[in-house]
Amino acid sequence: MAKNAAPARSHVLARRETFVSYMFLLPCLVFFVGFVIVPMFMCLFTSFFDYTMTDFNFIGFQNYVEIFQDETFLIALRNTVLIVVVSVPTVCIFSLWVASAIYNRKGAVTSFFRCVFYLPVVTGTVAVTVVWKWMFNQYYGLFNYVLSSTNVIDQNISWLGDKRFAIWCIIMILFTTSIGQPIVLYVSALGNVDTSLVEAAEVDGATSFQCFWKIKWPNIMPTTLYILVITTINSFQCFALIQLLTSGGPMNSTNTIMYYIYDTAFKTNQYGYANAMGIILAIIIAVFSALQFKVTGSSKKD
Amino acid sequence: METQVKKTTAYDVVALIVLIVLAFLFIFPLYWIVTGSFKDAIAINSATPQWFPLEPTMDNFVRLFDRPALRWLLNTVIMAVAAMVLTCITASMAGYVLAKKRFFGQKILFSLFVCAMALPKQVILIPLLKEMSFLGLHDTLWAVILPTVGWPFGVFLMKQFSEGIPTELLEAVRIDGAGEIKTFTQIVLPIIKPGIGALAIFTFINSWNDYFLQLIMLNSQEVLTISLGIAKLQTEMSNDFGLIMAGAALGSIPIIVIFLMFQKYFTQGITMGAVKG
Repeated sequence: MAKNAAPARSHVLARRETFVSYMFLLPCLVFFVGFVIVPMFMCLFTSFFDYTMTDFNFIGFQNYVEIFQDETFLIALRNTVLIVVVSVPTVCIFSLWVASAIYNRKGAVTSFFRCVFYLPVVTGTVAVTVVWKWMFNQYYGLFNYVLSSTNVIDQNISWLGDKRFAIWCIIMILFTTSIGQPIVLYVSALGNVDTSLVEAAEVDGATSFQCFWKIKWPNIMPTTLYILVITTINSFQCFALIQLLTSGGPMNSTNTIMYYIYDTAFKTNQYGYANAMGIILAIIIAVFSALQFKVTGSSKKD
Repeated sequence: METQVKKTTAYDVVALIVLIVLAFLFIFPLYWIVTGSFKDAIAINSATPQWFPLEPTMDNFVRLFDRPALRWLLNTVIMAVAAMVLTCITASMAGYVLAKKRFFGQKILFSLFVCAMALPKQVILIPLLKEMSFLGLHDTLWAVILPTVGWPFGVFLMKQFSEGIPTELLEAVRIDGAGEIKTFTQIVLPIIKPGIGALAIFTFINSWNDYFLQLIMLNSQEVLTISLGIAKLQTEMSNDFGLIMAGAALGSIPIIVIFLMFQKYFTQGITMGAVKG
């Protein structure tokens, strides 16, 4: 009712409200501008410089030109895209399946499974990674023990030291740490779907697949979109697992853009070059997110 | 046709079995950390793993506490609590006015917050490090606290929760002559309390586990966090898995306990932060 009652607020009141609002926003803006906006602009700005420990010279787009001729970058880009292309769909599909299998069970059961699948996230990247490193170990690892005692393999495999396997190990661990949040989101989204619609469809003889596809799926589309975007952002930024498990090796087979940025900035101190790669990564992520918006947006039904 | 009320199909049973197997696989790494931390060197370094520590030993923990592990834990707690408190204060104030006030620049500001959230936050870490060095905060706990507070997720979440405050109530309080600060502390805060709870636990866990930020900002022994401590153990004693697991247990058990205690708020926070992104 207040909304309609105040079409012509006096200027004084409006100005006062603006002032008060900014007073409330001030503490937040100090942190946001200081530690998000400023570094963001610094990142963009320094990407046009030959910026190292000793130098700081303007070189225009040269960093960007060099990046696309840098073989290591292209390998890192390929690995990153592989991680994203494999993990985003698997995370989305798997979490949707788990969520639909648990959301209408008893409260305690739902919350038990939700916690279990969230566990790797809470345990923390480092703790999770070190235990996987042990399990993947060539001599004392559980994987080799289980696989050789069941005669799947005849000799121990160096999972993280072998070009063919290392990146798949990374993708698998990333998977376990990525599905927690999507499951929580899907459980809540599925729980919010209007049950009367589903019941009506069932009475009309719709199969459970039809119910899902025609009623639930369009209703959870915004959640799916959000999950796609966050999973994409997180997969593109895959870093900690790589730094702790393989350092990008063997032979760059697990190098990702984020790890290569870190390597460039802190091992060879080429900050300008690293920041230019950061900007490219940000652009790639933005393009992917926009695409997902477009694709899921156009298939959405009202 | 069968009855319409809740029939248990074969699919339900199969699904439950698959879920239980998966749950077992997801719990296993944690089980392996905890049991591994009690295994002696012989059990650890044998090709045949012990599924359960047959001769449990505290040796790994004794060697862990030869190092400043408690200091690491204390630093982590200080970092996470400070980030949590500052985030809750700044985000609840900002979220409230973004949801309930009308002011110049409101739309642009909110879009800016949302856009920033879609950015890869690790990309800004290198310039952030330079900024912290410039401010003289590099290698102090402030360098890992301040960026966490700046991240706009909290504002977004608190705006969602503040939408639920009845406008009529705010109007009534205003007509009664209550000042802005009094309105906020006595009317707004009690209503958005569950939201603050969600944000608090969310920020605490994220800050605790933000390894990349900690790795870049902190070097000295006195400011290491538990995540960095475990990573350090791993690089220095790469095959001493017993010791490393003791570190991993020390780093993860407290946060898991906190998560389980507050998980109701936590799931609420994740869900509220997502809708209509």
